[in-house]
Amino acid sequence: MAMHAVHKILARASGTDSVKPGEVINAKIDIAGINDIYLTALKAYGEMGGKEVWDRDKVVFFFDHNAPSPSEIGAFNQREMRKFVNKNGVKHLFDINEGICHMVLPEAGLVKPGSLIVITDSHTTTHGAFGAFSTGVGSTDLATVMMTGEMWMRVPQVINVKLNGKLKDGIMAKDIAIFLLGELGTKVALYKALEFSGEIIDALSIEERMTICNMAVEMGAKTAYIKPDEKTIAYLRRYTDEEFYLDETDVDFEYENEYFYDLSNLEPQVAMPHSVDNRETLWDVEGIDIDQVFIGSCTGGKLVDIAAAAEILKGNKVAKGTRLVVTHASKRVLEKSIELGYYKILLEAGAAITTPGCGACLGGHSGILTDGENCAATSSRNFPGRMGSKNASIYLVSPATAAATAIAGRLTHPRTNNEELKIKGVIKNGINNKK
Amino acid sequence: MELTIKSNAIVYNHDDISTDQIFPGKYVSISNPPEIVEHILEGADVTLRERFKSGNIFVVGENFGCGSSREQAVIGIKEAGIKLVIASSAGRIWYRNAINLALPVIFCPGASNKVAEGDELQVNLKTGIIKNITKEETYNGEPLSDFIMNIFENGGIKQMMLNKNSNQNK
Repeated sequence: MAMHAVHKILARASGTDSVKPGEVINAKIDIAGINDIYLTALKAYGEMGGKEVWDRDKVVFFFDHNAPSPSEIGAFNQREMRKFVNKNGVKHLFDINEGICHMVLPEAGLVKPGSLIVITDSHTTTHGAFGAFSTGVGSTDLATVMMTGEMWMRVPQVINVKLNGKLKDGIMAKDIAIFLLGELGTKVALYKALEFSGEIIDALSIEERMTICNMAVEMGAKTAYIKPDEKTIAYLRRYTDEEFYLDETDVDFEYENEYFYDLSNLEPQVAMPHSVDNRETLWDVEGIDIDQVFIGSCTGGKLVDIAAAAEILKGNKVAKGTRLVVTHASKRVLEKSIELGYYKILLEAGAAITTPGCGACLGGHSGILTDGENCAATSSRNFPGRMGSKNASIYLVSPATAAATAIAGRLTHPRTNNEELKIKGVIKNGINNKK
Repeated sequence: MELTIKSNAIVYNHDDISTDQIFPGKYVSISNPPEIVEHILEGADVTLRERFKSGNIFVVGENFGCGSSREQAVIGIKEAGIKLVIASSAGRIWYRNAINLALPVIFCPGASNKVAEGDELQVNLKTGIIKNITKEETYNGEPLSDFIMNIFENGGIKQMMLNKNSNQNK
């Protein structure tokens, strides 16, 4: 039977020649990651009689959600995890200075095409950008993997989203992800694998591909997949010289469904409150006042995102009455940002720059919103209460749009020039301008 | 594990209820079930926690539990006394967590439109058949697969792992 590359990964992981969608397998895991907020994983491990982790080199701890800890309980969780790491001789602990798991993992050379990765974070679909099978799991799942190195999985159907054309200037992967969410909704890929292909994907940088695979989980996907190419290999070879598998999808493989889009005319997109698929084209909602701009997270704080924002912010200032919070995705991204001058541009524009990590994205610290506030964010979710008050509104945008918005203090198109910015802010489409 | 669950329904007929609403991010460092339940569904409807009585069936819409992997979004619902969730569909990780923690979930598209708060329901997990005793109606939910039924019958993944360990030590 014809198999997709993701099926070949699962077949190899379960020690068989072939698997088919719907089948339940027991798969051997290559990397099992735990985030600092899930002490529940270590509790479950204890409750199940866990004594020794199955492989010290393959269990990875990430202190990213609470970096550094904003609370006593956060500090307690991290302390218990440090003890566990020391006791078990776990090789990889990325502490509060390192950054978000999805950025740190490839930078540490731990992501390989053809590998099977589980992390206690839903955005683990990100590593599909490298041709890995990677998915988010709960604490108990992760605890069983720590004990056995294996996990039960149902082999998913595969959907192909083919994107052709050539993007206009200033259009970023986040615009594509929000566009697709608007078109396909939050349930299109529930329990399924979501492949992205076509000319647009081929032309995107690896970090931009990560943005799209990251957001695949918002479409319900179990895993995302982009076929590795020479760019993928060149990116990974910066960090690892280990061997990896390059699986090919069989030519006669039949996708469960295929969607085709030409994105040549795509304009900047906005996911309006309070759902990731509540999509508008920026032109139709431009001018909404913004209290806080957040540039950060695993989908919007990578070097490519910081660079896009810095290019627009260069020589400009954040609007009076608006605040800009920037959180680099990792220590390495921060180092490069300093080296390439982005950090200085951001600082001079008036940004508050926080410790690399998840930051404000999940509403734990470093940029929480209060009642009635509007936030334009490059992060991944805008559900009620995501960044603090459930009476705050989150508009998901690309880093380019976020930067232009920070300068204008209102949702603003990134191709708008400085002269135009001064006259922007008209009320469009009857949306109330509250200031 | 009971194959038939009979109790009153608590209905929250909304789609895409994310784990951010089921267990808001600001509490996510909490891992003790009695503390988790204090905040359960706080971002959706604060009255739900008070309406839940031990043994109740929670009836929800599409894509329930989408979003983050936080297991507290299952732990809290279990701790609140809910014995069964009937959903039109559910977020993948939330659903998986529910199976692992032995909280049965029956998929029955549209059930949340038909069942009213307080209706007495009788649900057979193996057949997926939901009897609405109050309204004298029957809905066909999806039966649980043998694989998943096996996890439930063994009391969840934790109990299964414990059993496996004790067998190995014998």
